Amino acid sequence: MLNRYPLWKNLLILLVISIGIIYALPNLFPEDPAVQVTGSRGAIEVDESQLRKAEQALDSRNIPVKSLALENSTLLLRFSNGDQQLRARDLLQETLGDDYVVALNQAATTPEWLRSLGARGVNLGLDLRGGVHFLMEVDMQAAVEQQLKVAASEIRSTLRNERLRFRQVTLEEGQILVRMASADLLDQAQRRLQTDLDEYQYTQEASENLLILSLSEQAVREIEDYAVDQNLITLRNRVNELGVAEPLVQRSGRDRIVVELPGVQDTAAAKRILGATANLEFRLEARRNADPLEVEEFPFRDQPGRTAELQRDLITTGNNVANASVGFDENNNPQVNIRLNGQGGRLMSQATRPNIGRSMGVLFIEHKTRTHYKRVNGERVEVREPYTERGIISLATIQSELGSSFRITGIGDTQEASELALLLRAGALAAPIYFVEERTIGPSLGAKNIERGITSIQIGLALVVLFMVVWYRTFGIFACVALATNLVLLVALLSALGATLTLPGIAGIVLTLGMAVDANVLINARIKEEIYHRGMSPQNAIHAGYEKAFSTILDANITTFLVAIILFSIGTGPVKGFAVTLSLGLLTSMFTAIAVTRMQVNWVYGTRRIERLPL
Amino acid sequence: MSKLLNINIDFMRARRLAFAISAALLLISVASLATQGLKLGLDFTGGTLVELHYPQAPELTEVRDQLETAGYENFVVQNYGSSQDILVRLSQGFSPEVGENVRSLLSSEAEAIELRRAEFVGAQVGEELRDQGGLGMLVALACVMIYVAFRFQYKFALGSVLALAHDVILLLGFFSLFRIDFDLTVLAALLAVVGYSLNDTIVVYDRIRENFRTVREGGPKDLINLSINQTLIRTTITSLTTLLVLFSLLIFGGEMIHNFALALIVGVLVGTYSSIYVAGTLLLNLKISRDDLALPVKEGVVEEDGRP
Repeated sequence: MLNRYPLWKNLLILLVISIGIIYALPNLFPEDPAVQVTGSRGAIEVDESQLRKAEQALDSRNIPVKSLALENSTLLLRFSNGDQQLRARDLLQETLGDDYVVALNQAATTPEWLRSLGARGVNLGLDLRGGVHFLMEVDMQAAVEQQLKVAASEIRSTLRNERLRFRQVTLEEGQILVRMASADLLDQAQRRLQTDLDEYQYTQEASENLLILSLSEQAVREIEDYAVDQNLITLRNRVNELGVAEPLVQRSGRDRIVVELPGVQDTAAAKRILGATANLEFRLEARRNADPLEVEEFPFRDQPGRTAELQRDLITTGNNVANASVGFDENNNPQVNIRLNGQGGRLMSQATRPNIGRSMGVLFIEHKTRTHYKRVNGERVEVREPYTERGIISLATIQSELGSSFRITGIGDTQEASELALLLRAGALAAPIYFVEERTIGPSLGAKNIERGITSIQIGLALVVLFMVVWYRTFGIFACVALATNLVLLVALLSALGATLTLPGIAGIVLTLGMAVDANVLINARIKEEIYHRGMSPQNAIHAGYEKAFSTILDANITTFLVAIILFSIGTGPVKGFAVTLSLGLLTSMFTAIAVTRMQVNWVYGTRRIERLPL
Repeated sequence: MSKLLNINIDFMRARRLAFAISAALLLISVASLATQGLKLGLDFTGGTLVELHYPQAPELTEVRDQLETAGYENFVVQNYGSSQDILVRLSQGFSPEVGENVRSLLSSEAEAIELRRAEFVGAQVGEELRDQGGLGMLVALACVMIYVAFRFQYKFALGSVLALAHDVILLLGFFSLFRIDFDLTVLAALLAVVGYSLNDTIVVYDRIRENFRTVREGGPKDLINLSINQTLIRTTITSLTTLLVLFSLLIFGGEMIHNFALALIVGVLVGTYSSIYVAGTLLLNLKISRDDLALPVKEGVVEEDGRP
């Protein structure tokens, strides 16, 4: 029979459609405002005691909790409105302390049986749904200080290489003090240093053998600008590494950065990663008889009580890491595989070549803040106190000259290792950064606009349906059924893949719906042509129409698909979002416009004799 | 040949006129882009951020209306944390007065609105998006060319890519000339137009390829004419259904998707025009002939390409 599908084909099509319906279903359930609690480090777990603590605290303040659940050492508390959610977040952070990350979140209300199938609602982007807004502040003073430290280290090695004898190089109130061995060296040292460090102003105090380097107001401004811009790039990289789709990272004011993330994601993890300032420093172990001014003593990170002395000068830092990944050593302990960039590799081999047999220490540095809450006149005031934690994670003998690739061990657990690798990949922050504020934010398009947008799409699609039915009659109905199926399948795919839907994404959907109709227009026009111009019988015409239109549809869709794939692989943010919906839409529309309409045509016309087609 | 189809419009007769129109429009577009460029929206330029606190939850639509009546363009109003706090992002550059201006504008006698902060915000999309977007477009065009050259023939590849470039430049020119805000949604619309226009062109080319191989009478001009006529109904219906959706977006969709719908409407019109005139005319100018599309004759195998 020309126009009959075998049973398995019909069943397969129906199966695909029903799976589509199941995975599209979660979109009918709304989301709850929620608060998510996790440990601030892999080693800290959230358990029953935190749950009880949270419950009591909320109870004492009369904040009603809709439900609370502990899963995979993450605590999720749901509330009935955003106001309660905000109050609960502040209260919980205060109660649980800095060891825990407390983040705003939007939790799905999908029933258990659907969730067990892995079905979830589609993530809506910041423009359609809003999300979580983090306001972060860059520590400008630290940025300048860090710059001075790097300069001081550079000065030491330059003077040493040039054999200009000096006593010490110190930092004092935003200035670098270089104490030379004798006053007659001052001019020579200044001339040499000025070639590399020309952004500094130089003054001499001959009586003290002192050369003072200070930064001009403008140079400080430049350093600060650079620090914010650098942090902006790093934060963008981190958000991308996290796989958060459609984020917003934006500079705000002189020293602040806004990060907005669509809400229905692991916001606690995002918060932990965003604020993390972990970095590495590679230094040689100090020699026994080294000048005490050139040496610093550090504790080991995971071995309380043990310390080691390292040289003050760095070989290189995590900033020169080109790539980092997590691996495991022979004993199945996590390790981080590191590949340095060109500069880092050079520094590393220069430092290790003459020092085989000595030890090299890897220093783990984290800028943290302690948060205290004080009550001033009955108002709660947050006091932040920044501090830096430095600890050695490994100290090992240099067996041979190290190049750009090596591995480091001694990192806590796998999660910590993978977060360290992520941070090294995404780049270190140029200056420490603090969370100033965290709020949920409404959709940037506004609820009214979204409502209107959706109404207008509905009106548009209704017009298309009307037109198709009037123009192609029965075949128009087939096409419209296919169109509806296409929409369901597309929503199901987007939901299941966890894609984030934004307005540009909807543009992709509208376009693919247009193209899906186009495929049916092509098919129907071909069938008509076969009947009226080539005089085929209806049954043959249906068969030939589908056959011939197929190659046209295929070529047209493949070219568009190519464009979509390239936009996906090269583009970022909204371009990527558009590409995802467009390419998925092309796939589903090929299926619905050809297979789903053909199935209907076969059911209706395949088994009968027909003289005329209602086309 | 007219017995094949009832519609028979001699499209190719007007090709010189069409060519002149296209050339003129391209010139205007390029000139406008070169002299005044695009009016980039808030997403690309950054602007000023104002946080306000209301004593009572405001209606965001009213806030938007008030700002619009006061002459502000291209802004975003969002709830911020609670229903009483709102965040306004404006496209004008930051100056110390902006925050106070907005506050006093929105304040009425009854309500005292509190200004929480006002500061400049950087662009939402960095330079990298612009650069990557441009690069992506070029790579995409190159890949399309390779595919079309492989499936059709290199003259078709040139024709389709030039037609695509024509559409993109005209659309950008339209936005530049009329000073319409070019933001991320318009960028998305532009990408959608690329997809749509390409689809349209390939459908026409597919017919041209088929007719060059199967129809024995007539020269290239007649065959292209025939192909365009044969696909005319399909081209019209598809453009019509797409435009139905787009016009309803434009009319009922509200201001936020206004520019988006506008970009797509202009794009679909230009795309439809270019798949008829630019794509076809280019093939003629590239001296397309039957030999270009002759199927390689396989020895001992009966020629069969699935088409009568």
